[in-house]
Amino acid sequence: MESRFRVLFLIVAITSLPGCAATKNLFGMGSEVAPPPSAEGPGQVIDPEVARREIKEPAIDREDFEVGVFVGIMSIEDFGTNVVYGARIAYHITEGFFVEGTVGQTEAGLTSFEVLSGGARLITDSERQYTYYNLNLGYNILPGEVFIGEGRAYNTNLYLVAGLGSTRFAGDDRFTVNVGAGYRFLLNDSIALHIDFRDHLYDIDLLGEEKTVHNLEFHLGLTVFF
Amino acid sequence: MSELSITTIPSTLRLIRTVLLGCLLAVLLQIIPTMTAQAADDLRSVIVADPYLEMRTGPGRGYPIFNVVDRGEEIDIVMQRTQWYLVRAADGKEGWVDRAQMELTFQPDGDRLSFAKPGVEEFTNARWEVGLLTGDFDGANIISVYGGYSLNPNVSVELWGSQILGNFSNGWMGSVNVVHEIWPEWRVSPFFTLGAGVIHTKPKSTIVVSQDRTDEIGHVGVGIRAYVARRFLLRAEFKSYVVFTSRDENEEIEEWKVGFAFFF
Repeated sequence: MESRFRVLFLIVAITSLPGCAATKNLFGMGSEVAPPPSAEGPGQVIDPEVARREIKEPAIDREDFEVGVFVGIMSIEDFGTNVVYGARIAYHITEGFFVEGTVGQTEAGLTSFEVLSGGARLITDSERQYTYYNLNLGYNILPGEVFIGEGRAYNTNLYLVAGLGSTRFAGDDRFTVNVGAGYRFLLNDSIALHIDFRDHLYDIDLLGEEKTVHNLEFHLGLTVFF
Repeated sequence: MSELSITTIPSTLRLIRTVLLGCLLAVLLQIIPTMTAQAADDLRSVIVADPYLEMRTGPGRGYPIFNVVDRGEEIDIVMQRTQWYLVRAADGKEGWVDRAQMELTFQPDGDRLSFAKPGVEEFTNARWEVGLLTGDFDGANIISVYGGYSLNPNVSVELWGSQILGNFSNGWMGSVNVVHEIWPEWRVSPFFTLGAGVIHTKPKSTIVVSQDRTDEIGHVGVGIRAYVARRFLLRAEFKSYVVFTSRDENEEIEEWKVGFAFFF
């Protein structure tokens, strides 16, 4: 059944490739040579020589990317709370939407069971290293301005983010969904402070039965636009 | 011990370090003013052609207008963020101006600058595209990112990287695709794709004891690109993979994915 589908795809591919002029040009099959200008046209009195005006996008400094670092606290369900740090990069597509990639690292503590039982360990020390990456879509839902004193105004944004990624913890990589909200405080037109709340969700069966855990993260960040 | 090590540093070395630091400082002091001077020279100037140009306090629809520049006055464009332009008026005031208003300006020589607005035309003709898709890869979750370059409106080349997260094994996959769009000017544009790459599979140690392996893959697929607004598009696709394993039989895998992308 599958192979029949594949054959079908290939047939469609082969039949439509030569049919497309653009594809012909790509493979050098199209007519590349321009016809020679007919100088001795008897009926043509005026040869229009209008130079086409080039209109170019001005070389303006575009500052749509935002990079930075963050540090905060992260609670790993069943494994306590610890310091988290990481980096982020964002690209602002429109005034509302942006895409964002984050990486972060923290370390898991001991579960209540491990503390009470004395020496028993569920996972090794190296497996306690918790590393994640996320790819998110964000939306600046509440843009605004704040005023400090009488003479200072700063632009701010409250934004929502959601996305997916992977978490390496307890000897395994897990598909992770994350949702959250953040507050961007622009110190000037290029430097911003962030306060972020995130919830990282994944399924884990480390403690017997499979369950969805919520790992809550709170962090402060500093980013620069470029 | 530590004191000893400090005293054993030859004084010439310390001198060299000081000189180097001095040089670095001198170079930096030289560079920074020239950089700012260059930046000031590079600013594009335009003249307001509309009755007036509105300057806002921030790059967004809702920010208040705090200054207006009259027709005929010159402004410098400091930078652009998304569809907003930070401009500096002759009196030194800086504010954000929308693209629509910037279009009603002209250069000192009388030419108009084009402030291209991304639309459905760019959806067809844009060179670069970056996207994020997720879906099902033979029962496992898959996260994919891709970057594409259009050779012409119909044909583009894409580089894909994927992470596969399953119940029994994890892995990653990288591939090069050729994508052919039959009607690229349509808002919902179907395409088909051919590609090849490698897949690395790492079985989960807790369930099965098995070796990691890396295999070559080939695939065919179909999908659609749908223009949403501005620079955004939605993309959905189905791919059928053949994994060329070292065992007797090749493995066949079906994958479907949805996600978004943007072009520039």
